[in-house]
Amino acid sequence: MTLTADVEVRLDEFHEDVHLDVTDGEVVAVLGPNGAGKTTLLRALAGVRPLTGGRIVLDGRVLDDPAQGILVPSAQRPCGLVFQEHLLFPHLDAQANVAFGPRRRGASRAEATSVARDLLDRLGVGDIAHQRPGTLSGGQSQRVALARALAIGPRLLLLDEPMAALDVTQRTAVRQLLRSHVGGSGSSCVLVTHDPLDATALADTLVLIDDGRVVQRGTAPEVARRPASQWVAGMMGVNRLEGHVRGGWFDLGAGLAVPVAGAPEGARCAVLAPRDVSVTPYGAGPGSPVARSAATRTEWSTRVTSVQPTGDRVVLGLEYPTGLTADVPAAGPDGSRWDEGMAVTASVDPADVELFEPAPV
Amino acid sequence: MGLLALPMIGLLARVSWSTLGSDLTSPVAVDALRLSLVCSLWATGLSLVLGLPLAWLLARTEFRGKSVVRAITVLPLVLPPVVGGVALLLAFGRDGILGRPLFDWFGIQFTFSTAGVVLAETFVAMPFLIVTVEAALQVMDVRFEEVAASLGAGRWATFRLVTAPMIRSSLVAGAALTWARALGEFGATITFAGDIQGRTQTLPLAVYLALEGNERVAVALSLLLLVISFAVLVALRGRWLGAVRR
Repeated sequence: MTLTADVEVRLDEFHEDVHLDVTDGEVVAVLGPNGAGKTTLLRALAGVRPLTGGRIVLDGRVLDDPAQGILVPSAQRPCGLVFQEHLLFPHLDAQANVAFGPRRRGASRAEATSVARDLLDRLGVGDIAHQRPGTLSGGQSQRVALARALAIGPRLLLLDEPMAALDVTQRTAVRQLLRSHVGGSGSSCVLVTHDPLDATALADTLVLIDDGRVVQRGTAPEVARRPASQWVAGMMGVNRLEGHVRGGWFDLGAGLAVPVAGAPEGARCAVLAPRDVSVTPYGAGPGSPVARSAATRTEWSTRVTSVQPTGDRVVLGLEYPTGLTADVPAAGPDGSRWDEGMAVTASVDPADVELFEPAPV
Repeated sequence: MGLLALPMIGLLARVSWSTLGSDLTSPVAVDALRLSLVCSLWATGLSLVLGLPLAWLLARTEFRGKSVVRAITVLPLVLPPVVGGVALLLAFGRDGILGRPLFDWFGIQFTFSTAGVVLAETFVAMPFLIVTVEAALQVMDVRFEEVAASLGAGRWATFRLVTAPMIRSSLVAGAALTWARALGEFGATITFAGDIQGRTQTLPLAVYLALEGNERVAVALSLLLLVISFAVLVALRGRWLGAVRR
C-alpha cells in the first residue's frame, strides 16, 4: 500500500493544502488543533469531500484528480472509515453493522456474517454481536466501529479522533487494540487527533498541521527533539527556546544565557524538557536569587502564570521566558503548594539544554 | 378551547346514531368513501415517489435557486386550495399549458377524472411529506451516510439501508399527515376535477353536496372524517408529537 496525496480543498474562507505520503503498513498520525483541517483531510481521502486541487494516488490508482476530472466514489475506494463518535447504524445490531460492508461489496449473506462474527471475536466483543449500538459501552462500540471498518479489508484505514470519546481506562485497551490490528497485514492507517499521547502511542510518523498547512513531519522523537515552532513544542510536551549563540553563550535575551562551549555562532533553538527546569519559591533557594548576573545566568527570577496538577507532580507555566513550562513535584521543597502569581526562582542545568539549528521557514 | 371543542360536540350531537349504518352504506357514501381511499392512497404514494427525492435534494445538496425551489414546494401549504385548483386548471386543464398537448396527443384528460383528483390531492398534500422528511434529514448526522458510502453502499443502497431506517418515524409521520391531508382535500379537487359521483366526488365533496339535500348523510360522513383524523392524530402522538425515538 502506498498513498501519495496532495490534498487541496477550498471551503469558503478555509484553504487546506497538505501533502501526505503513507507507505506499506505505516501508521501516520495527523496532529493539530481543532479547525486545523484534520477531518477535511480524512474526508478527502475517504472520498466524501472532493478535492478542489491536487490529487490522491493509492497503489498507483488515481482516486481523485480534479484537473483530470477523476473522482473515484467513496464506495469504490479500499478505505475503512472510523469516526470519533463511532456512528454505528442504530437500527442494526453489532454483527449486522460489521456485515454491512462485506454485503455491499458483494459477499453473500453467509460470508458477510462469518466475516463479522470472526472480527467481533478477534476484537473481543463476540458476546455482544446481537446487541443494538444503543446498549453498548463506549469501548464496545469503538471495537464494533473498528471491526466494521476492518471488515471490508481496507488497504487504508482512516481514523478520526479514535480515542476522544473513551474514558482513560478504555483508552489504553483500545490503543493496544489499534496497535495490533492497524498496520501490519499490508494495510496502512491515517489517524487524525488533537491528542499528542494518542499520536505518539500509535503512529510511526507524525504530521503536524495547523491552519490547513503542514507545520512539521517526522517520527515522534524527531519532532520532540526539533520542534519547528512553539506550538509543536507544546504539542510534544517540550520547551522550545529561541536565541543566538554568541561567544560561547546561548543568549535568550534579557540577560538570560546558557553556556555552550564550542557551538557555532548564529540563530539557534533549544529544546528543554519541563522536568529539567528547576523551580523554587522566591527566597527558599540556595542563597539569594540573583538573576541575570554574569556568574548565574542560568538562574533567574520570574512568576508562576499557570498551575496544572498531573498527579504527584505539577506543570507550572512561567512568565519568563514566555511559554516556558516546568514539571516539578506537587509539593514545594518546604511542603508548600504552588499558586498562580507566585514569585519563584527558576534554573536550568546547561547540560540539559539541547541546541539545534532552526529549519528555514 | 370552547371555540375549538364546541363544533365537534355540535357535530356529535347531530349524529343520527340509529340510521348511521344505512347512511354510511348509501350509494353516494360508499362511492365517495371508496374513491377517497383510492385517491388519497395514490396521492400518498405519488408524494413519496416525487417528494422523497426532492426532500433529499433540499436537505443534502447545494444548488442555485434552492431557496426558490424550497419556497415552491412549501407554497401549497399556505396557498388557498381553490387557488391551487385554478392553477392546476391552467396547467393541466383542457386548455392548460401542459393539459392541451397531453389531450391533443395522448387523449389524457385530468379534469373531471379520477386522475385529476389524485393530482389535486398530491399538489396540496405533498408539502407535508417534503417538510417533515427534509427536517428529519437535516437533523440526521450526514456522516452515517458517509460511513455507509465508505463501506461500499451506493446512493440508493445508502438511502434504503441507512437513511430511511434512521428517519423512519418521520417518514411514517410525513406519510400519515400527507394521507390525512389528501383525504380531506376539498377546494383544489372541486375546482380542478369537478364533482362527479363515483369519479371525482370524494368524501369532503359528498359532505358538502349532501348538506344541501340530505343533512343526515352529511353528518354521518363528517363523523367518519372526524374519526379518521382523530385516529391519525392518536397514531402519530407517540412518534410525531411525542419524544424523538432513539
